[in-house]
Amino acid sequence: MTGFNWRAVWAIYRFEMARTRRTILQSIISPVISTSLYFVVFGSAIGSRIQTVEGVGYGSFIVPGLIMLSLLQQSVSNASFGIYFPKFIGTIYEVLSAPISFIEIVMGYVGAAATKSLMLGLIILATASLIVPITIAHPAIMLAFMVLTAVSFALLGFIIGIWADNFEKLQLVPLLVITPLVFLGGSFYSVSMLPPAWQMVTYFNPVLYLVSGFRWSFFEVSDVSPLLSLVAVAGFLAICLAIIWWIFKTGYRLRS
Amino acid sequence: MNTIVSIQNLSKTYDNGFNALSDVSLDIREGEILALLGPNGAGKTTLISIVCGIASATGGSVSVGGHDIEKEYRQSRSLIGLVPQELHTDSFESVWNTVNFSRGLFGKAPNPGYVEEIIRELTLWDKRDSQIMQLSGGMKRRVMIAKALSHEPRILFLDEPTAGVDVELRKDMWKVVERLRQQGVTIILTTHYIEEAEAIADRIAVINRGKLLLVEDKKNLMEELGKKALYIHLVKPVDAVPDSLSKYGLSLSNGSLVYTYDTAGSGTGITGLLNDLNKAGLKVRDLETRQSSLEDIFVGLVSRDAEKAENQTSDGAAS
Ligand SMILES: Nc1ncnc2c1ncn2[C@@H]1O[C@H](COP(=O)(O)OP(=O)(O)O)[C@@H](O)[C@H]1O
Ligand SMILES: [Mg+2]
Repeated sequence: MTGFNWRAVWAIYRFEMARTRRTILQSIISPVISTSLYFVVFGSAIGSRIQTVEGVGYGSFIVPGLIMLSLLQQSVSNASFGIYFPKFIGTIYEVLSAPISFIEIVMGYVGAAATKSLMLGLIILATASLIVPITIAHPAIMLAFMVLTAVSFALLGFIIGIWADNFEKLQLVPLLVITPLVFLGGSFYSVSMLPPAWQMVTYFNPVLYLVSGFRWSFFEVSDVSPLLSLVAVAGFLAICLAIIWWIFKTGYRLRS
Repeated sequence: MNTIVSIQNLSKTYDNGFNALSDVSLDIREGEILALLGPNGAGKTTLISIVCGIASATGGSVSVGGHDIEKEYRQSRSLIGLVPQELHTDSFESVWNTVNFSRGLFGKAPNPGYVEEIIRELTLWDKRDSQIMQLSGGMKRRVMIAKALSHEPRILFLDEPTAGVDVELRKDMWKVVERLRQQGVTIILTTHYIEEAEAIADRIAVINRGKLLLVEDKKNLMEELGKKALYIHLVKPVDAVPDSLSKYGLSLSNGSLVYTYDTAGSGTGITGLLNDLNKAGLKVRDLETRQSSLEDIFVGLVSRDAEKAENQTSDGAAS
């Protein structure tokens, strides 16, 4: 056997997807419930004061942000847990001893994590469309944003899962980095609603570009140019791939 | 006989600076059962981990089936099945799925018939749909063996396969090992139970403190290094060793005399002893020799190695 080990990628992918099926409550239902709660809080409470943002009803306006929030959190946590857990319980020995390259390992774990969060994103979209009116101006671009985001952040999660050597570290990044970035990245407001100084700060937040581009694919309103958004996501993906490549080269923290 | 695993000057220093293997060279022959013997912490698991790709070497090289384990890791690893020392299993996965998962990881096309055979052979068939966490420790070890065999390896590593294992599993495992041997599979097992090595191995390697002390055919080892005991059963049992025979260092066992001698020595002294027995007027009813176990050899080797280390460190301190 010398070629690409597709069967191994498929085996890991299926194994990870089976894990989701077993934990359906935790993987799918709980994010749907928490998203619905965001709707109640942001949509109803704030929405009763802010009628529209840039011509879009507030309830509809926050839908792309909510989807991005889940997509980011779930991609990172699924992928980081997926690779951390075998390290933790020791079953990683089998993956390490198999005729499989690091790239194939990444594809299996990251592919499954991205698939899961994509499914979740679509479920949240469906749930939201039952509550507020939603139009999708550019479905293909919307999907492209979702896929790129899911893959990029699953890669980030994978990196975190390899780096982490305890559960605290595993949860640190999602909690201290991802969630604040999403909340401060214009998920629930337009940047133009902020004072100028804060606007400036927000432009350094990578999540802003994601949410803005993603929202544009729905309503054709955005804080930054959609093209810039696409470049930003692609850049983030490239950075993650570069780190993965570096881990691969150095065998960092997988082989003793 | 062909060499299937070739280990050349292998060294391993862990990140914390611990030197677990130093300059180990060992050729494993195709189709043999090699027992890797050594006390806890000798470096057995480290050696296996490197060959299997779980740890990386810090010096030397290994090739498996002619394939370098780093440059041609796909080819080398696909030849190897590993049953690690520790029980590492998933919890929620079913037995059937986890074994098929292993086969997939190794890039083999699905083969439910073959997987069924293995699962039956390890008497796991009734448990095939059970979650692994519901199984006993012994059953889990069977699952690990099934996983290792799932991709039809040509070389099987068993790391301490019988440590804390029940009799039933031990028997089943040796049955599997025997079948694999007949199919020409090379088997490397580590153990610190000497009887085990003695019972099934073709060759024995002894490792201590990261150094390979010896590799030898089991038979030669027993003959060359073993001590033998000559049991002299007398027509009239005695209750004390006669003074005239004191120079032979005899001991007593149920009225019989026991003479211990080194088969590797230049002369065994048996002729002289028999003559002196005759002179002492003792009539011999029967003679019997018993070979010392590998344990004696092993303990001898390891304690000599430890002495050497002690001398070296005291030399080092002096200079
Ligand atoms: N990851 C590690 N980091 C540092 N030292 C280790 C590591 N793994 C094993 N060792 C040390 O290396 C030595 C050999 O261990 P091991 O190969 O497991 O021995 P054995 O299998 O013969 O009992 C031991 O002293 C052990 O403490
Ligand atoms: Mg060991």
